[in-house]
Amino acid sequence: MLKISNVETFYGKIQALRGVNIDINKGEIVSLIGSNGAGKSTLLMTISGVNKARTGEIIFEGKNIEKYEPHNIVDLGIAQAPEGRRIFSRLTVEENLKLGAHANERGKHFNSDIKEIYDLFPVLSDRKSQRGGTLSGGEQQMLAIGRALMNRPKVLLLDEPSLGIAPKLVNQIFLAIKNINKEKKVTIFLVEQNAKKALELADRAYVLVNGKVTIQGFGQDLLKNQDIQAAYLEGGAKS
Amino acid sequence: MEYFIQQLINGITLGSIYGLIAIGYTMVYGIIGMINFAHGDIFMIGAFIALIALILFGLTGIALPIVLFLVLLITMLFTACYGWSVEKLAYKPLRGSFRLAPLISALGMSIVLQNYVQVSQGARVKPLQPLITGGLEFFKDSEFIVTVSFLQIFIVILTIILMSMFTILITKTDLGRAQRACEQDRTMTSLLGINVDRTISITFILGSSLASVAGMMFVLYYGVIDFYIGFLAGVKAFTAAVLGGIGSLPGAMLGGLLIGLIETMWSGYISIEYKDVAAFSVLIITLIFFPTGFLGKPDIEKV
Repeated sequence: MLKISNVETFYGKIQALRGVNIDINKGEIVSLIGSNGAGKSTLLMTISGVNKARTGEIIFEGKNIEKYEPHNIVDLGIAQAPEGRRIFSRLTVEENLKLGAHANERGKHFNSDIKEIYDLFPVLSDRKSQRGGTLSGGEQQMLAIGRALMNRPKVLLLDEPSLGIAPKLVNQIFLAIKNINKEKKVTIFLVEQNAKKALELADRAYVLVNGKVTIQGFGQDLLKNQDIQAAYLEGGAKS
Repeated sequence: MEYFIQQLINGITLGSIYGLIAIGYTMVYGIIGMINFAHGDIFMIGAFIALIALILFGLTGIALPIVLFLVLLITMLFTACYGWSVEKLAYKPLRGSFRLAPLISALGMSIVLQNYVQVSQGARVKPLQPLITGGLEFFKDSEFIVTVSFLQIFIVILTIILMSMFTILITKTDLGRAQRACEQDRTMTSLLGINVDRTISITFILGSSLASVAGMMFVLYYGVIDFYIGFLAGVKAFTAAVLGGIGSLPGAMLGGLLIGLIETMWSGYISIEYKDVAAFSVLIITLIFFPTGFLGKPDIEKV
């Protein structure tokens, strides 16, 4: 469904991605783990068209999208809840969600869609007229995911949904992600530093080191992989 | 007392004009973080288009209210085209460049527009005979008769209508929501499928059409214009935007009103020569005590 081949992305002269190859099939949850600075967020921003790939191809449902503008990529059905959540802090919760619905034919599905989001994250419904900036980190993450879902995506890109969030809420969010995948049939590409959680959830997973995929496989297998255990699951002694 | 009321009315009229221009500064600053120094000249272009349209329609002999309405639409339309082109030509290619680049480009654009009008329309001042005459008189028994001209009423009412429409546009519509989102985080806005470039273009179109209405009011109110009026009016409106808190729409309206009042009160009671000095001094003093202006919001974001 989404195929990334030999993608290289640069920030000025600094190369962030060194030929990344990733395949995501319809209906899967695919996780990408890696340490800080490995290029995980860069990869998501490259898929979304914010950073442009210098070489390589990104093919979504048979179309080359690596030259597309971000808003066109959203129109095709790839939404992202980016790192740091990036909630519009001065807009209300409901306005944030309405912005998410901007791309699809307006009004048509809005009422049923927003109800689904409120069912998924009831706390957002309680806070719908509150400003985004007043929410807690976990609530903001729910809002970011909800906002991306308002685009009715086929693929949802999630960048570190567990970052800086209380453990109890992390479980709730991961449960919701699973739910989104199973019930709404949205394909998920999850980027995480919390390797254990990400691998447990994933059908398949990739490990990104210094802008290159080094290991790939089924989520359960990678959990048992000794290199991964040493690097990402037991305190990260070697890099 | 009567004299004070007269100055108050004059100040509110002048403040309406400044306020309409100031909205353009504040919106563009809000959305792309640059001061559009060519905005004053867009106002001047609006004044010229209004003048030309008024003369053309004046020759046809249509009733005055219809003429005014048509001229208003034509002025907004044509000036919006200028604003849109300025953005496409001078600012869009520089997006993502260093912060000063569009600023310098804006200064250049300002000079280009001034010279363009000077060359095409001539450097001499252009007069227009008063079209809307007459007014209401109050306090007829006292020594000083307070006059509210119909033109002043027209200006203030038109300003109130436009600003209300504009406030609804920004707070209630999809476009306004997209604009407010762009103000905070353009990348995130584009990640939601919103065409950021188009939203910015529309911002310029809206700002230019409001400035053009101010230009039309200026022609009607003062009766003379030249290619250089954009500079001082632009600087005053910019001052108004900063005074109210740049980036804030109610701030721009409030700031415009304040600058208008300060100017007329100073000219009325102290000295007409130093009215500009007064306006700018107030700006400096305000910024010392309220660095973000009266209604500006310091950017404290919860992370």
